[in-house]
Amino acid sequence: MKKPDIIFQLSMRSVRLNLLRSVLAALGIVIGVVAIASIGMISANMTLSVTEELSATANVLVVSPDAGGGGGGFGMPGGGSGGSSDDEDDYISDDQFDDIRKAAGSSYVYYLYSESDSIETGDSKGRATIYAMDDDAMTEILTLTEGSYPSTTSQVVIGPDLVERYGIVVGSKVTIGDEDDENGQTTVRVTGILEERGMSMDISSDNGIITTEKFFTGRYGGEGEYAQVNVVVDDIDEIDAIAESIDETLNKKDDEVRVEDSSRMLDTISSTLGTITSFALAIAGISLLVAAVSIFNVMMMSVTERVREIGILRSIGTQKGEILRMFIYEAAIIGIVGAGIGAVLSLVIGYVVVFGMVGTTEYFFALDSLANIPEGMIVGALICIISGVYPAWRASNLDPIEALRAE
Amino acid sequence: MSSTPVIALEDVRKIYPLLSGDVHALDGVSLTIEKGEFVAIMGPSGSGKSTLMNQIGCLDVPTEGTVRIEGQDIGTLSDHDLTALRRDSIGYIFQKFNLIPLLTAYENVEYPLVLRHRKYDDSGRVQALLDSVGIDSALAAHRPSELSGGQQQRVAVARALVNEPAILLCDEPTGNLDSKTSRQIMEMLADLNRQGRTVIMVTHDAATAEYANRTIQIQDGRIA
Repeated sequence: MKKPDIIFQLSMRSVRLNLLRSVLAALGIVIGVVAIASIGMISANMTLSVTEELSATANVLVVSPDAGGGGGGFGMPGGGSGGSSDDEDDYISDDQFDDIRKAAGSSYVYYLYSESDSIETGDSKGRATIYAMDDDAMTEILTLTEGSYPSTTSQVVIGPDLVERYGIVVGSKVTIGDEDDENGQTTVRVTGILEERGMSMDISSDNGIITTEKFFTGRYGGEGEYAQVNVVVDDIDEIDAIAESIDETLNKKDDEVRVEDSSRMLDTISSTLGTITSFALAIAGISLLVAAVSIFNVMMMSVTERVREIGILRSIGTQKGEILRMFIYEAAIIGIVGAGIGAVLSLVIGYVVVFGMVGTTEYFFALDSLANIPEGMIVGALICIISGVYPAWRASNLDPIEALRAE
Repeated sequence: MSSTPVIALEDVRKIYPLLSGDVHALDGVSLTIEKGEFVAIMGPSGSGKSTLMNQIGCLDVPTEGTVRIEGQDIGTLSDHDLTALRRDSIGYIFQKFNLIPLLTAYENVEYPLVLRHRKYDDSGRVQALLDSVGIDSALAAHRPSELSGGQQQRVAVARALVNEPAILLCDEPTGNLDSKTSRQIMEMLADLNRQGRTVIMVTHDAATAEYANRTIQIQDGRIA
């Protein structure tokens, strides 16, 4: 049996002698580690969950009018295009749609009309996105959980979020438009409910109402002026080539359209999540700062109480470095025990908060998520050790004669 | 080698600078102690005997003059080397025993050995030393706070001896003990001296000083 280093033994016994004090100090580290690890896990789980949802439509290219008219634009519709046969560029024209089709080869291409409008059902009012597409695309792209696709202008299918929010069932009536709307109000009947698609770039149908083309152009006009064109690529490996081909065909002279895939959306979401996470981590960091102060305090107390003992140790031949080590060990023991308990609690508390905040623990045991626990532990233990450095340095630099004289 | 004195002080001065004027705690002390001597250092409080003790014990270095321990000038040593010298060449016995409260009696004796050799004692030397001062293994498993003053001082003697020091340095070794225990401890020190150990003892008790072969009186920082 090998006994541990005698200096380490002294540190261990000092921690044990002042157990309550040490536990209270470690509690700060526990809380800090749990806070940091949990926030990290929430962020990782959100990112993983969004990535997964978006990957369902990773093979979709979204072609939308380039309203900015080039890099330096202000995003105003109709701004500075020219030369093209379609001078307006806040929509995609039929001709452009045909061009996209040609450029996209064998991919499934469909157009989408969309408008945001007020809706009213029962006593509730709200807003929703009104979409329309051709009948073929509707059956190809959208899946119903119940009911049937709309066949007349007075029929619509509706997304699951709206269903849940307004308590709509198949057969419910929904009024589109405001009373003082120039287009007036139109009441339609829900014939089908869409399957949940989650977050996606091509069409946000969960919160949308899908109408027939005829209804849409009848109400909003603009026939043949599409809000966007979606290209469903057969082979995901060709997505970049097809995007390029579309870009080359349509943006020959001016930037008429923008071609995007879901990675762009993912970038935006990731960077937003990153900002929020950094902010939350900074707040969690404050709890670690408080923990650091309490460790510092406990270590200073330990040094002050043991001045005489330090004097004895020094006088019988303990080196400065060994005294330093003894107190660093003491801080490290508190830090590592605190971080260890924090890690176990992070697993439990993290699981609960991830379930609460993200809504699923599907990704909880993914590497990106669990990696936050050892990261939190290392940060917690390091902060503890760093807090112990000054007290340890003080202890090691005590004058042995002075220290021996202490009561 | 035999000609080198264990301790040689040459015109040692220790000056503490204070706002109210420098204090000359040691004012030109020269002193030689040969191997195997038993020297008592006596003097009233404030005479400078503690300062002298700290010089011999390598806890402090002189402001002027030289202190040689086994021929080595301590004024030239780094803190690290000075600490190693304390560990290897000097055995301390204090008035207040000064055992390490976190360690058992056995571990207290073992501690300097571990510091020196970087390993725990596997030769039985520690317990043998404890036995020689009358502490059996059952008693040796106790913490200092569970021992009587006399027992603690015996443990301290064993600790002082564990690294085979050239000098046994005793600072009022019987100051906190009753007269019977004091006699036992002094007999023990006298025994160690008879075995050839150099013993230096600070005391203000004339009865204790009688155990020594030589008595040095200190007054106002000088040898009287």
